[in-house]
Amino acid sequence: MRNGRRAAISGTAEWAPQRRWDTPMFGLEAYGKLAREALEDAGMELGEIDGILCTRLGDAPMFAPAAVAEYLGIEANFGEVVDLGGANATGMVWRAAAAIEAGVCDACLCLLPSVPAPPQPGASPRAQNWMLGADAWGAPHGQFDAPYGLINPNSHFAMVAQRYMYEYDLEPETLAKIAVQGRENALLNQKAIFRDQPITIDDVLNSPLVVDPLHLLEIVMPCSGGAGVIVTTLERAQQTGLRPVVVSGFGEHITHKSITYAPSLTQIPIVAAADRAFAMAGVEREAIDVASMYDCYTITVLVTIEDSGFCAKGEGPRFVEEHDLRFSGDWPLNTHGGQLGMGQGGAAGGMSHVVDVVTQLQGRAGPRQVGSAERGYVTGTGGCMSEQVALVLEGA
Amino acid sequence: MMAETPPPILPSPTAATAPFWEAAREHRLVLPLTADGEPYFYPRPFSPGSLAPGTEWVEASGRGVLYSYTVDRRGTAPAFAARAPYVIGIVELEEGPRMTTNIVECAIEDVRIGMAVEAVYEDVDDEVTLVQFRPAQG
Repeated sequence: MRNGRRAAISGTAEWAPQRRWDTPMFGLEAYGKLAREALEDAGMELGEIDGILCTRLGDAPMFAPAAVAEYLGIEANFGEVVDLGGANATGMVWRAAAAIEAGVCDACLCLLPSVPAPPQPGASPRAQNWMLGADAWGAPHGQFDAPYGLINPNSHFAMVAQRYMYEYDLEPETLAKIAVQGRENALLNQKAIFRDQPITIDDVLNSPLVVDPLHLLEIVMPCSGGAGVIVTTLERAQQTGLRPVVVSGFGEHITHKSITYAPSLTQIPIVAAADRAFAMAGVEREAIDVASMYDCYTITVLVTIEDSGFCAKGEGPRFVEEHDLRFSGDWPLNTHGGQLGMGQGGAAGGMSHVVDVVTQLQGRAGPRQVGSAERGYVTGTGGCMSEQVALVLEGA
Repeated sequence: MMAETPPPILPSPTAATAPFWEAAREHRLVLPLTADGEPYFYPRPFSPGSLAPGTEWVEASGRGVLYSYTVDRRGTAPAFAARAPYVIGIVELEEGPRMTTNIVECAIEDVRIGMAVEAVYEDVDDEVTLVQFRPAQG
């Protein structure tokens, strides 16, 4: 039900991912800084914001939306903590759009700050949370996966790639092409960590195997960063200086946590999410001008292309080989360079794909502008191919 | 200062999972049954997909095939760095369910998806035995 209201993305904010972040900030500080930049981008006032979408923040591990409202000095009609990992960004955008269309609120911050906090006096450096929750008492994966080393997403996604190569015809060179063409886009993105480093297919295949069959250059570089968008009513977005980007279709699908218990290793949750998103938007796959797909690994992109319905099952490798995926090519994908080329700004990584397509639809992509882009497609992938969200976005 | 070495990761059984780990200590592989009598994995106090209470278990053959695997070349989790390279795998058991495991007693270059495997029991200490798999001995 749309209540006669339509939701649209307006302003964006995005910090260049960095391996070492020079200016530590608390989560609430970073959230506020991103909010100011996104509001300035849209020419909107803080007082217009009445929806807060966030993750748990380091300095607000509980009651995060309330903490954000108080810290920013606003009152909200909608607060939501999203816990979908790499699908947080896309998940936030559709939740904000749905809340706006339902008439719950009028303008939402969807922000993902992901920078280190200032060091705590007297405290020893906090251990990295490499157990990803598996060490919680009673957690099934602490008993049945972690003792065997199946913890890091690398291993989960590697087993997807390995199984895909067993069931279908996929050569390592095809996966490498995804990294290479993403990198070519990154060369034109001043915010990309690899903007000065072109790579070849041989470079990818000669980089060290980390988790067979995935090489180092097929795996995102973990960074710090921050990014977000403002979602508001189409009516309000039309009064800004930016082209409104209507959130016209969305879908979400969640199937498992550990890849061992996935219904399928090679048919991924995006199938249902994409079908719902395209049906809701009333848009055909062929009408998409630009796509941005969550690329934590090369394999994620390949399976997401085919399971989003852009080609038949098993035809993903042929699709990748036959198309030019650069911004200037016949099938522009991850025109920001993807996270593989830009660096994964921590929790903000998924938001880079939303910002990528919004930037294209707003005609603000500069040297990597795809031309007249009217319709875009964005995916988010969380956990271990566990949860995926699809968005269809349209310029208004 | 050197980083503290993380402890090895060992299962901490709960009421719902204790029968599995007790059997493993006796070098047996048991699987929980759904209310409809279908083996599933991992154990819960009710059947996934229906939530019907189920407390029956079945003795499994310990045979299966390797469904997928990867070679962790670096120890993607700190506790495993000293073991690298080693094989993380998913075994599809003869009875149907899939389990996470390591493939042991097999050269890394000989590991193949589809290979027949059988359970072998790694007694970590007096309390814990892990169910591992090796190539089927025929």
